[in-house]
Amino acid sequence: MSAVVKAGGAVAEYTDERLGIAPFMKRSLNKVFPDHWSFMLGEIALYSFIILLLSGTYLTLWFKPSMTEIVYNGSYVPLDGVKMSEAYASTLNISFDVRGGLLMRQIHHWAALFFLVAMTVHMLRVFFTGAFRKPRELNWVMGAGLLTLGILEGFAGYSLPDDLLSGTGLRIAEGIVLAIPIIGTWASFLLFNGEFPGLDFIPRLYTVHVLLIPGIILALVTVHLMLVWHQKHTQYPGPGRTEKNVVGFPLLPVYMAKAGGFFFIVFGVTALMSAIITINPIWAFGPYTPDQVSAGSQPDWYMGWLDGAVRITPNWEWNIGAYSISWNIFLPAVVLAGAVFTVMGAYPFIERWATGDNREHHILDRPRNAPTRTALGAMAIAFYGMLWISGGNDIIATTFDLSINTITYVLRIAIFVVPPIIFIITKRICLSLQRRDHDKLLHGIESGNILRTPEGEFIEIHLPLGDKEKAKILGKVDHTPIALESDVDENGVANPKGRTARLRAKFSHWFYGDNVYLPTAAEIEAAEAHAAHEYHEQHSVIDDFRGLEVTSEPVLHSPAIGGHEPNAHEH
Amino acid sequence: MSDIATPGTTADEHGHDSGDLELPNGRPAPAPLPHEPRRADVDPKAARRAERQVSTMFLLASLLVIAFIVAYIAIDKNVVIALPVIGTMSASNLALGLTFGLAVFLIGAGAIHWAKKLMPDVEVVQERHVLESSPADREEAISVFDAGAQESGFGSRKIIRRTLITALALFPLPLVIILRDLWVTPTDSPSPNELLSETIWTKGERIVTDGSYRPIRPEDIPVGGLVNVVPASLEKVEEVEGTLNARAKAASILVRMTPAEIRSQQGGSAEEPWDVHGILAFSKICTHVGCPISLYQQRTHQLLCPCHQSTFDLADSAKVVFGPAARRMPQLPITVDAEGYLVARSDFQEHVGPSFWEQGSS
Repeated sequence: MSAVVKAGGAVAEYTDERLGIAPFMKRSLNKVFPDHWSFMLGEIALYSFIILLLSGTYLTLWFKPSMTEIVYNGSYVPLDGVKMSEAYASTLNISFDVRGGLLMRQIHHWAALFFLVAMTVHMLRVFFTGAFRKPRELNWVMGAGLLTLGILEGFAGYSLPDDLLSGTGLRIAEGIVLAIPIIGTWASFLLFNGEFPGLDFIPRLYTVHVLLIPGIILALVTVHLMLVWHQKHTQYPGPGRTEKNVVGFPLLPVYMAKAGGFFFIVFGVTALMSAIITINPIWAFGPYTPDQVSAGSQPDWYMGWLDGAVRITPNWEWNIGAYSISWNIFLPAVVLAGAVFTVMGAYPFIERWATGDNREHHILDRPRNAPTRTALGAMAIAFYGMLWISGGNDIIATTFDLSINTITYVLRIAIFVVPPIIFIITKRICLSLQRRDHDKLLHGIESGNILRTPEGEFIEIHLPLGDKEKAKILGKVDHTPIALESDVDENGVANPKGRTARLRAKFSHWFYGDNVYLPTAAEIEAAEAHAAHEYHEQHSVIDDFRGLEVTSEPVLHSPAIGGHEPNAHEH
Repeated sequence: MSDIATPGTTADEHGHDSGDLELPNGRPAPAPLPHEPRRADVDPKAARRAERQVSTMFLLASLLVIAFIVAYIAIDKNVVIALPVIGTMSASNLALGLTFGLAVFLIGAGAIHWAKKLMPDVEVVQERHVLESSPADREEAISVFDAGAQESGFGSRKIIRRTLITALALFPLPLVIILRDLWVTPTDSPSPNELLSETIWTKGERIVTDGSYRPIRPEDIPVGGLVNVVPASLEKVEEVEGTLNARAKAASILVRMTPAEIRSQQGGSAEEPWDVHGILAFSKICTHVGCPISLYQQRTHQLLCPCHQSTFDLADSAKVVFGPAARRMPQLPITVDAEGYLVARSDFQEHVGPSFWEQGSS
């Protein structure tokens, strides 16, 4: 132990003499991070990205990004002698001739799926807890950019092996590019160096996949983390937590051990899954050829919603003179996708404008305490879900023996009907939970134990709220909607900002209007005094009866009451 | 560094008494809960047990790495084993993945177990610093910037400013212009629009089966049958070009129905019909986004695209009956040659594959 400390000291001295980093180290090693399971989601994304960089580097050692046709003569017998691109052949080699190659390929693919799942769920966590609010809007925008890049990167990655499934995906992508008005045809010819598929797209995509996008992701991730570090992490409301502090564990040793250990856990789980679960068996799909396809073709999950949108859009195409606009493709694949990511990136600014909330926030909202936001999020998930289901309409049709036409017609309507319903339901649930919190503060928790008083009255025993729960509920901030300004001032002159101000007030009212206000401190105090009194009375009844227990006569309706120590919950 | 509490101490000892702290809603912040010691904190036996557990995990990790090396050398890469639930799997992949994955997992599990059981679990309170800078700092920064801007003369020397802005606006242009040759366009190359509008099908081109390049006689196709076909010259064209471009446009299907079932065709006359005794030829490339189509329902003569479920009625000019495709599948006019084999009468009369901006101009 002392040897370790001594060696560490020597290294620290050497470094500090040259870099003078002692103050930085002192601050950093002591830095406190709050603990909560949901804060691991971003970590999973980060670790998956590191695993992707590692495993991807291995794959580059054997993968040949070339579309030149060759005849395969490798270990995989079913495709022996078949003509295919070098890209596909080298992917077969990685899978069958390089020892550990299949493992690396599968680790790379699983890690990509985890990366996107983790980013998505992390983003949902940040959204539903309001962690994107001031001062963290910039980090939200970067996160939205990272998710967008991650999706593109994933699509680029699974398109590289040039198998029948991914080649079909590229063909669809080319069809989408062609549908872009005015520039589409030329854009497609530039991307593919002429007609589809040509010989150049995979080498070009390869550079984008291994250098350009990962480079940008790496840069963004670095800044993203530096901002988390600089602004300090948010925390959930709880005992001892305020807007001005961070309660948690210091970087050294606890957080370093936990976070470092967690990297190994993520890596380990990814490797174990790659050991036992085959992912993307390109050898089963066969090499790409533009005149074949397998039924039930599905993209990876994160592209499914876009494919679904393309599936359910009606066949609208405008022909104006010699020119055509393919709304049936342009609308879902370009306009919708662009709108989704734009709204996502802009959300913090929209909410801030609508609510006029300019304060710094370091304590997270519980989702119920921001009902409109939570409902909007649930609505977005429902919208995404509808598109995702649309992306699997053929699978649903064959699995459940339903008409594909009916499913598609239903989804065309459901995409507009289901999300608003989900909005209303979610908002109602949130408000009910707020009311429940309100009740808990005033009346405690229903214990489920019924007491019959000597007078024959039945009452339910309420237990006082635990300190942790109470702190959580009391962490809520009650927002008051912006007051509706009058159109004209007191002299009858039209308010120049009247329209915007009124719109904003309406928005703010829509956002906060239904808020269930927490009881005042005085109300809570009175309620607690009352509860303590009642509690005492109830337990004196229990105590009276307890004497009878000796006679083994069952007088208590709920045996659990006898188990409670009368004073255990008293303040 | 006054804002940092020493790890391992409780907040209260540092005077962060919750009484003087307020939540944004104006309420006093609830007090931190007292720390509850873990078993390992109070029972040396429990601590030693945790220590043993952690070191066992680390030891196992090392052993598994050795097992990985053994598996790498010993297991032949072609051995496949069948496992319950999982199915068949490369034995090498399974062994390498399990040993490596478990080794890595155990390092992580050991570290986290160590942190949870033996490292301090007392929550520490740290103050947040105000993110905004002080007004004085801000003003100073602005004045430094102003002074610099003043000294540069960026504001006062208009001619420099304007020429610089122009130059900076123009300099990315070459970087964009160079991208024009992403499509290395051959001299006299037809426009993209023209290229997309023609295939290698020509008058008299033999229709052959896809894959085996066998010419087809009308009697080879039974009523209700579907054959995937390509032009006979495709084999040679692919050899010369080395690409799949020609195939991506020329791939077609032949279907046969009784002539009475055909309600309409895209062209042809009594003297020059586009079908041969109820044999119709259509492009195989979907007019939606270009997937090859071959899901054919004999009874209804409907062709369904497996990608986005566009459905075409081949008995009725291949018009769209369902789905997102806007254009019908182009029909290839066919006839028989002197030797009785099926041939094309001409190229497609409508362009094949996905729609594009200039599609109406050719």
